[in-house]
Amino acid sequence: MTFALFVEQIINGLQLGIILFLVAAGLTLIFGIMDLVNLAHGTLYMFGAFFAATMVSITGSIVWGMILAIPLMLLAGVLLEVTILRTLYTRNHLDQVLATFGLILFFNELFLIAWGPEGTGIALPPWLSGSTKLGMGIELPDYRIVILVSGLIVAAMLYFLVAKTKIGMLIRAGASNREMVGALGVNIKLLYTAVFGIGAVMAGFAGMIITPITQAEAGMGEGFLILAFVVIVIGGIGSIRGAFYAAIITGLIDTLGRSFIDVVLLLVVESVTAETAGPAISSMLIYILMAIVLALKPNGLFPPRGA
Amino acid sequence: MFKKLMLAGSAVAMMVAGTAHASDTVKVGIVLTLTTPAAIIGKQMKAGFEVAYDHLGGQIAGKKLELIFEDDTFKPNIGKQKTEKLVKRDKVDFLTGYIWSHVLGASAPVGFKAGKIVISSNAGHSIFAGKKCNKNFFNAAWENMQTPMAMGQLLNKKNVKSIYVLAPNYAAGKQMITGVEKTFKGKIVGKELTPMSHKDWSAELSKIKAAKPDGVFVFYPGAWGPAFFTQYKQAGLSGKIPLYNVFSIDGANLPRFQKAKMDHLVGMINTGHWSPDLDNAANKRFVADFRKKYRNEYPAHYAAQAYDSLMMIAAAVEQSGGDPKNVDAVRSAMEQAKFASVRGPFKFGKNHFPIQNFYSREVVKDKDGTWMLNKRETVLKNHAPAMSSECKL
Amino acid sequence: MLMGSLWTPRGIYNAVIIILCIIMPWLAPAIGQEFFTDVFTRTMIFAIAAISLNLIMGYGGMISFGHAVYIGIGGYTVGILSYHGIDNGWIQWPMAIGLCGVFALIFGAISLRTKGVYFIMITLAFAQMMYFLSVSIEKYGSDDGLNIDSQSQFGVPFFDLSDPLTIYYTAFLCMMLCVYITYRFVNSRFGMVIRGSMSNDERMRSIGYPTYGYKLTAFVIAGMMAGLSGILSANFEAFMSPDNLFWIASGDLIFMVVLGGMGTIFGPIGGTVLFLVISEILSNFTESWHLIFGPLLILVVLYMRGGMEGFFASLGRSQND
Repeated sequence: MTFALFVEQIINGLQLGIILFLVAAGLTLIFGIMDLVNLAHGTLYMFGAFFAATMVSITGSIVWGMILAIPLMLLAGVLLEVTILRTLYTRNHLDQVLATFGLILFFNELFLIAWGPEGTGIALPPWLSGSTKLGMGIELPDYRIVILVSGLIVAAMLYFLVAKTKIGMLIRAGASNREMVGALGVNIKLLYTAVFGIGAVMAGFAGMIITPITQAEAGMGEGFLILAFVVIVIGGIGSIRGAFYAAIITGLIDTLGRSFIDVVLLLVVESVTAETAGPAISSMLIYILMAIVLALKPNGLFPPRGA
Repeated sequence: MFKKLMLAGSAVAMMVAGTAHASDTVKVGIVLTLTTPAAIIGKQMKAGFEVAYDHLGGQIAGKKLELIFEDDTFKPNIGKQKTEKLVKRDKVDFLTGYIWSHVLGASAPVGFKAGKIVISSNAGHSIFAGKKCNKNFFNAAWENMQTPMAMGQLLNKKNVKSIYVLAPNYAAGKQMITGVEKTFKGKIVGKELTPMSHKDWSAELSKIKAAKPDGVFVFYPGAWGPAFFTQYKQAGLSGKIPLYNVFSIDGANLPRFQKAKMDHLVGMINTGHWSPDLDNAANKRFVADFRKKYRNEYPAHYAAQAYDSLMMIAAAVEQSGGDPKNVDAVRSAMEQAKFASVRGPFKFGKNHFPIQNFYSREVVKDKDGTWMLNKRETVLKNHAPAMSSECKL
Repeated sequence: MLMGSLWTPRGIYNAVIIILCIIMPWLAPAIGQEFFTDVFTRTMIFAIAAISLNLIMGYGGMISFGHAVYIGIGGYTVGILSYHGIDNGWIQWPMAIGLCGVFALIFGAISLRTKGVYFIMITLAFAQMMYFLSVSIEKYGSDDGLNIDSQSQFGVPFFDLSDPLTIYYTAFLCMMLCVYITYRFVNSRFGMVIRGSMSNDERMRSIGYPTYGYKLTAFVIAGMMAGLSGILSANFEAFMSPDNLFWIASGDLIFMVVLGGMGTIFGPIGGTVLFLVISEILSNFTESWHLIFGPLLILVVLYMRGGMEGFFASLGRSQND
């Protein structure tokens, strides 16, 4: 294990963490404010991927395609909220889980029919497909840097929006005390739609930005959705700050676990056991983390005030 | 209300009529994955069966041939239920299809219990070639370890000294790695079994870069392939460390690779028991008609195996006197494998797995510029699965 | 009475389902659809798991999103023992149910410290852990699944679980036994505490009931019951795979309970029958049946509160008006 490899793995872990945060932030906001368990949040992630891939192939430009995809994600998110999800706010969590599970089934099938089982993808132009040397033998693909930086920018924009603007103030108020916001005479419906829209765009952005690497296929959101749920539960539901830390921790543990667990295991057991147990333990690692966190702190690491 | 009753009545009458005429038909139940992203393979195979159906003129030994397709949705339990349905409701004479080992594992016993002949058109779980071989089970594809064994042999020939191996962490993935380990004589410097949900190889690619092997061997079928190959290039590894694969590049995904302009894949080498350019009459006819039927794409080995499966059934029924219900006679005829396989020389071993050649194949552009696989050399000749001796047939 | 009054729409509905379960092995061949005997065997096996989930979810408000894990543990115990040549049912069954109890005790002890969505997610996390464990043990088939060559042997004459009728009625009796246990449970003082804690946990505690212990006991009973479903499934399907304990399988169980009517004695049975019959019919109709099934799920949630039980109960009420 070299130093360069270790640093690269840390950066890879951060990248996964950022993407996770983009999905988890919306999820935790929607949960914290509207009290909605939205399993279909992974669907919004899939929307981003497919919309972007389609717009890129129409415009022929990755930059324009991605820019044009964002209003589409917003539109799709808002439509979903107004038509179906809005009616679920007053329902119990069980109803929400089931109804949004129904949405997942529907949209996965719809996208499968529309784009075919082979799905679609975004090809990177030559200027984005190289890699950059950062010194000390560390070399990173350029597009990874784009993901990392753009992810951080979106996270920073969210922070600004929540911490410094009027709508942000309402969001913070809503997350800690839902009734109070209503009492202030704010148009609750509009606020909810706006929050959902923000969540949809962030999840869509994550799906879009990852597509040049992983390609887009129907059902791509679900594996990620479970991870995002793990993140918000560890972080404390409703807490954006918690989601951020938990996403970074989860990203790092998952990536570093995958890379180095066999090395660690070799110290205690023989190689055959390490080889078979390694992948098993590394895929269980974040669930173990979550179980430990919840066993010690049943409301997550950073429960929002008032919760 | 009365009308409804009439309708129901006539439906029952039709069902009764259907069973009455059953002896005039040969019914083949085909279990494939036709939904979920894995359907990319199922749709190819369905087309392969349909080409075979056309070539047979829709009949076997003068009897009407009926194909019944069922979707296993990539789940073993559903596969088993569909198989039960094919056996008990549709009363099929043969069961075939079966892309995945886990679906086959759950489903095949249903067929055996009902005394049906089960033919796997793809799934090549090792255990069915050895300990759990069955007199009524035939495999029209390969055993999992054979193709990577051919690759190991090819790497020896190419004088590759060290490789890094990667595969998804599931049974077939592990068997692929075991296969290449069996024949490869150099050093395996790293081994990664990545989680099945895994589509981001940043961590693994960093490790490969640090390990500096002579070559990288991967098994990433289906949706994993495009993502892995893209990232391999993005990590700056393509052109530096040659990438060898099994079952990751084929006719089913080449059109997509070409559309995505993944030029670094042209010239890539893999191994397999069949190639669209194999020079025999059956193959030429199959490939030409498949392209007419299926979006002008080249068939993948999946479709070729599907085609062979049905042709094998047809030949066995005809040669055994034309009665699909006479299972013993059909089985004996099928063991002879006297049919024109698209892979040329073809015979069954005692365990009912093919004994066949394995070739190296390269991604090339055909005369229209379409990407396809072309046969290069014969790596393993008349190769039988390693565990054949464990079979007590 | 067990079914409420029999001569109400709800009573008739439940009676019809139970009678169907009793006569299906004769009805199915009579209408030329022998295949339905298998469908119903499977349905009743799932119904046992749904009944057990209903016990904690419908009566105790504990929404377990990982309940399929006990089907997996129960089934794999039978499979693994039989893999090692131990096919004696007197060993297999108690061991499988016991193991489910132990795991439910561990998972429940940790999970029940949390509430609401945290509880949903942590039960999911435990199930996912076991899922990944089952995927990674190559000896027992990993994701290819484990073929089970011989059914549980009890050494009792004429009791052979590989015989379709024997397993059918074994499943039926097990299902009715679980219904009876639920009935006794719900109407006991113990059940009152659980139900009380669902509507107001703090009040139950303040009047002196240690609800944690009560809930944990219910959780363990439910786990063991679902384990029974796993045992039967392993014997009937002769196959276990990690898919049996994937989170989607747990989601299906939840839907079966909700569809049938949460917190009702017979609800989960009707829910399971309906769930499997709807999937069966839709999937015959088109490959893309999720396109219809998804919206159907949403409609049921939005407009059929109380599930089938609630629907028939409301029919009964409007008749009386």
